[in-house]
Amino acid sequence: MTRQFYTIDAYGGHAQLYRLLPFRFTRIDSEELIVNEAGEFLFVPNGTVEALIRHRFPPNTPLYQTLKAKQFLFDGESSPNLDLLATKYRTKKSFLDGFTRLHIMVLTLRCEHSCLYCQVSRQTADRAAYDMSRETVLRSLALAMRSPSTHITLEFQGGEPLLAFDLLQFVVGNAKDLAARNGKILSLVVATNLAPATDEMLRYLRDENIMVSTSLDGPAFIHNANRPRIGNDSYELTIRNIKRARDYVGTENVSALMTTTQLSLKHPREIVDEFILQGFRSIFLRSISPYGFATKTARRTGYEPGDFLGFYRTALDYIISLNKEGTYLVENYAKILLTKILTPYPTGYVDLQSPAGAGISVRVYNYDGDVYASDEGRMLAETGDRTFRLGNVHRDTHTSLIESPAFQYLIAGSCNESLPGCADCAFQAYCGADPVFHHSTQGDAIGHRPTSAFCQKNMGIITLLFRKLRSADRDLNRVFFSWIQDHAHSCIPVQAQCD
Amino acid sequence: MRLVTTGRAIRITRPIVGRVTTTPLADRTNAVLLASVANCSPGDLAGYAAIMTKDDADKQTTVLNAVSAPAMHSIRDVDHIRDRDVVALSPTGHVRTVYRPDSDHNTLFITERCNSNCLMCSQPPKDHDDTEHFLAINRAVVDLMDLDTKALGITGGEPTLLREGLCELLSLLRDRLPATHLHLLTNGRLFAWPEFASRFAQIRHPDLVLGIPLYSDTAVGHDYVVQAKNAFDQTVMGLHQLARWGVQVEIRVVLHRLTISRLVHLAEYIYRNFPFVVHIALMGLEPTGYTIHHREKLWIDPFDYQASLEETVEFLNVRGLNVSIYNLQRCVLPRSLWPFARQSISDWKNIYFDECALCVERANCAGFFQSAERLHSSHIQALE
Repeated sequence: MTRQFYTIDAYGGHAQLYRLLPFRFTRIDSEELIVNEAGEFLFVPNGTVEALIRHRFPPNTPLYQTLKAKQFLFDGESSPNLDLLATKYRTKKSFLDGFTRLHIMVLTLRCEHSCLYCQVSRQTADRAAYDMSRETVLRSLALAMRSPSTHITLEFQGGEPLLAFDLLQFVVGNAKDLAARNGKILSLVVATNLAPATDEMLRYLRDENIMVSTSLDGPAFIHNANRPRIGNDSYELTIRNIKRARDYVGTENVSALMTTTQLSLKHPREIVDEFILQGFRSIFLRSISPYGFATKTARRTGYEPGDFLGFYRTALDYIISLNKEGTYLVENYAKILLTKILTPYPTGYVDLQSPAGAGISVRVYNYDGDVYASDEGRMLAETGDRTFRLGNVHRDTHTSLIESPAFQYLIAGSCNESLPGCADCAFQAYCGADPVFHHSTQGDAIGHRPTSAFCQKNMGIITLLFRKLRSADRDLNRVFFSWIQDHAHSCIPVQAQCD
Repeated sequence: MRLVTTGRAIRITRPIVGRVTTTPLADRTNAVLLASVANCSPGDLAGYAAIMTKDDADKQTTVLNAVSAPAMHSIRDVDHIRDRDVVALSPTGHVRTVYRPDSDHNTLFITERCNSNCLMCSQPPKDHDDTEHFLAINRAVVDLMDLDTKALGITGGEPTLLREGLCELLSLLRDRLPATHLHLLTNGRLFAWPEFASRFAQIRHPDLVLGIPLYSDTAVGHDYVVQAKNAFDQTVMGLHQLARWGVQVEIRVVLHRLTISRLVHLAEYIYRNFPFVVHIALMGLEPTGYTIHHREKLWIDPFDYQASLEETVEFLNVRGLNVSIYNLQRCVLPRSLWPFARQSISDWKNIYFDECALCVERANCAGFFQSAERLHSSHIQALE
């Protein structure tokens, strides 16, 4: 048998009917941006979308082949592409594997700071009133172990958890025993301002592999204004303690969160410079949460989404220019969004996902035994609205927490695939839902997108990033991927580092 | 360097595989004596698996006719054969070197059959059933290989056409040479069948990578290059089946006129759909076999596609994918691509041109396939 060769016509490429696969679109500047179900995107010339949906798009063009390869459409020749799309969609949603991975325990509400934007802390010496009881600790840990996930992150919050250090030791000892018995891999994080940290405490954190998440709002004049404390020395204490903590637990295990206040808005570069000065490899430009005391002090701390976007753009541009000059600094929010946009992977960031992280990826055990769907949910409760209280560790089970009316209400607003304004948004695959935010600012878990600060902020930042991607600047692309490569494959919840 | 020569076979009724010795051995099991037999006594030749000699047994009355051992005489060329090489002697008079202890480029050749018919195939397939023939040889070769062999290639034809035979051979390698890295070249099509992928994965070889070619992000483009309808669909599904079972996969792209046009798109398709691949090899064309026949369709001077290649390598590299360039010379590649260029050509067919002697990069350069003498970039020059 002699072998023959055939022309390309023998292998397809004939004009034929195509069918559309789900995609969403918007216009950015002079082009259309189309995004498929798995978050793959393409900039196409104006008019492409209309031609596509009217089935007038010419086959046998390179763009047709690209649309097919990227699963915007399929024809008789592309059947396995449907399986690929399904696999990619499943990968993007794989943060759901294992259900709740992040368990936040509020060990005490006591704190010696009185930060402007703090939602919950109390300045009191009354241990009995605001510390978690040991019985509550054990009940909380038992519930956390019921989570199907093999990887459990416990994050200790407050108040200032180091003020209840003996309690923290009690939790860690029991958590490790339980994890070993239940076959769980345990990660531990303490969210602390480090002010009360003694050498003994730092040694303990090192010996027990507990990561440190602290707060740094910028240079002294911003930090001390945002985070008042008797002596007005929060900045000096924080800087000194970050150095001590690094000496004990290692630089890579100490991260710092910054919160943007009205004062911060005017000083984007100074804040970025401060993070570089202190040797951090990343910064998270966080807007303020509209919860708890933050709403009461809104006149002094709050701002409109547009103001934050201006701040964010300036800071991000500055960070990018520093990176291009060789100073490595990751902006974490951009990194999270870019990972969603540019990679096939999900992120472990619980505050921007669909279904929303609240109640699903994260659960909060308050000092008094009440269980909340998220940290924001418990902060809201401190102002009198207990909508997101799922139950109490002393009365509820894993199942009854999930079957609670609070959980059902939350879930109704948790999937941006079905939310008005999100369902057909081009950025849906990259964004998330925030039922707690929308309940607290707009009165219901579903919310109203055109007036939503959550929507305005995310639309603004995602558009900003797409404009940058469209510029096809090779050096910028290298900076973005140097950020992504750090953790592109990680699906461990990272609220501790980046909330 | 040659790996094949011919002689005349005596008493060789089926392929004989043995290890070459040029000095007499006490233990002659599986040994092939390579010697001038003129002054040998029958006892000198007894007990060997076979005798090899340049001497002509027909013209001289030699001792060969007095012993019962199979023999290959009148061998045209023995200079390339070294002590401890493993050779296969066939009834047709072929003398193939099938294993060289000192080389990192040893390959088991599994079959000449193939279910594709690539336009640029360097070893055009043949449609006869050679399964048992090669299996018998390869089983024997594996038994004779040094236990510290670092790496071994497995190629064809399309090795998966052997199905269970391939699985058996890989199991044998796993058990006898667990520390040897295996690199299996396959078009991956048969792995689209979940039963075969699952059976293959059950071998659980500790260090096996499958090199699978993908030539386009579209079915029509890939199927045309490999001259097989549905090949793209099967390879794509095969890649996913292999990923599902945790089998390590490398994607190989031969660079020519037909693959260059969508190379960057192909890179994106690989990243989005097969981000699990352990390596991506972008390979210069080997101008032999079918390639010569399809020169008009395929040939593009590598110098003329460097912009595409650079963009593709940048795309994959920033995403953390492990990417290499094979078979291209430093004088053709822009300096930015030098860190990705490997010395990829098997030692026995790797040559350098006369002008390369003056080049300061010669020691780092891939050089050429032997067959490049007739077709190569017009930008070859000694670098200073």
